[in-house]
Amino acid sequence: MISIQDLHVSYDEAEILHGVSAAFPEGKISVLMGPNGCGKSTTLRSLVRMVPEMSGVLTLDGQDLGTLTPQELACRIAYLPQSRNVPDITVERLVLHGRFPYLSYPRRYRKEDRDKVAQALEWVGLSDLHARKMENLSGGQRQKAYLAMALAQDTEVILMDEPTTFLDIKNQFEMLDRARSLANDGKTVIMILHDFESILHYADHVILMAQGRVLTTGDAETVLRSEEIKEAFDVQPCFYRTDDGLHCYVRP
Amino acid sequence: MQNLKSSSTKSKGALLLIGAAAFLILSAVLNICLGASGVSLGALWHALLEGPGTSKAARILWYVRLPRTAASLLAGAGLAVSGAVIQKVLANNLASPGIIGINAGAGLAVAACCAFGTYAVWAVAGASFLGAMTATFLVVIVARKSNASRTTVVLGGVAVTACLNAVTETIVTMVPDAALASVDFRVGGFSSVNQTRLLPAAILILAGIAVVCMLTNELDVLSLGDDTAHALGLRVARMRNTMLTLAALLAGASVSFAGVLGFVGLIVPHMARRIIGNDSGRLIPFCALLGGGFVTICDLASRLIFAPYELPAGILMSFLGGPFFIWLLLKRKDKQP
Repeated sequence: MISIQDLHVSYDEAEILHGVSAAFPEGKISVLMGPNGCGKSTTLRSLVRMVPEMSGVLTLDGQDLGTLTPQELACRIAYLPQSRNVPDITVERLVLHGRFPYLSYPRRYRKEDRDKVAQALEWVGLSDLHARKMENLSGGQRQKAYLAMALAQDTEVILMDEPTTFLDIKNQFEMLDRARSLANDGKTVIMILHDFESILHYADHVILMAQGRVLTTGDAETVLRSEEIKEAFDVQPCFYRTDDGLHCYVRP
Repeated sequence: MQNLKSSSTKSKGALLLIGAAAFLILSAVLNICLGASGVSLGALWHALLEGPGTSKAARILWYVRLPRTAASLLAGAGLAVSGAVIQKVLANNLASPGIIGINAGAGLAVAACCAFGTYAVWAVAGASFLGAMTATFLVVIVARKSNASRTTVVLGGVAVTACLNAVTETIVTMVPDAALASVDFRVGGFSSVNQTRLLPAAILILAGIAVVCMLTNELDVLSLGDDTAHALGLRVARMRNTMLTLAALLAGASVSFAGVLGFVGLIVPHMARRIIGNDSGRLIPFCALLGGGFVTICDLASRLIFAPYELPAGILMSFLGGPFFIWLLLKRKDKQP
């Protein structure tokens, strides 16, 4: 279980998060949702200490994250940022850098690391493209390569900042299905999503934010049906049921 | 689970490194054997076996060609590795040691040294090294004050370079003798190199390259972008400043005895990337070998083209570097909007 208590974050003396508290259950997909600029990415970045000034208590299984070195933190939490470089290296080399936190003297990757990479590439379905340059992959394949890097990092928690951005519909579903598999395997997945229908289908736990605060939390249907959704987005979610379950669309 | 790394990729990389090492050795042998003095190969071989002596061949070998070859190998390796590190750290293929103030800092220090009437070789070398390091230190401080982002390092470098060049121009305007005395330094070359001047710089260059070779994974992770590097546990700002300091050390030590050798730090990393790829584990040693060989061949050409007169190696490299840089710009224009 990863938890945040009374988190305050400031950029250039302007407070962005005003006492955010939330808990992200183990082996589940937790989704942070809210309007642009409400502090979702900042909350996610706080968990990997990527914010300039912060106060509050962040714990993973009871251990204060502030006591971990960057290397120790990277062995426990993987983070996929929203914007990523397209480095001039092969897919395999990129994924191998997922093992960077485990490097020790003499600063060279070992066979065990390369085995983890092979497993991660197979899991995301990129084994055949391992020798291809990143710049020669499609957007969906690059996303998978970065996901493989996060898997090679072998952490309990994976943070994904809008993992479906820039992906076509098929790749969006594929990415979310893989997130579901990771959660089923016991990993704690925390991601930022905007699409209500995807949230309804994939999120086990939702944290709704607005203006640097948590408005409400709960399961996806409860949060999407709440009054706070209207307050946060000024839209009206509509629900309908088909043979494969509940669906949602949004009316302005 | 089988290891995916194909043995053919590994052996190709190893072959390329062996090829670069062979090029380096060949360039060194040619630079030692060929020259305008007309000393025969047999006499040089004899002088090599007998050690330093008073014969013409021994004097040419031990006091001119060997130190000169060592200097060109070291300067080429140091500048090439420095350029490769800077290009990786700043994610900018058009960056070179000059971008972090190396040349401007060294140029100012040498001009100031000459303006005060200190022309001793050791003093000029020491001043140029200290000037290069001080300029880089200023750039790193500016970058650190603004979170050491790639852009601020480049902009900081441009600003510091402009300030230092202004001071240098003021000095050489006020003290014309300083301009004349620093000409050798400004064009770059190896005609005044000797063992005493070379030794401290050689230690710094070899140690610097060894440290960079140990940090190639850090260098690659840094080039993935700040957020990804941070998420992988790298202390980004600290590592960027460490790498820039190492690059400054390598370039500063090279400039201290070779003067300003234009474009080596730009051309060689580009050639190396095209040949062996962008994986720092191979790129850095390959750059060191290719850079050493390239500068040594340029030095040989500069001695032979107008023999018995000598064209400073720095001028020859600028002749090569200018067109290459233009080609690079045109090629980028093709690729980028």
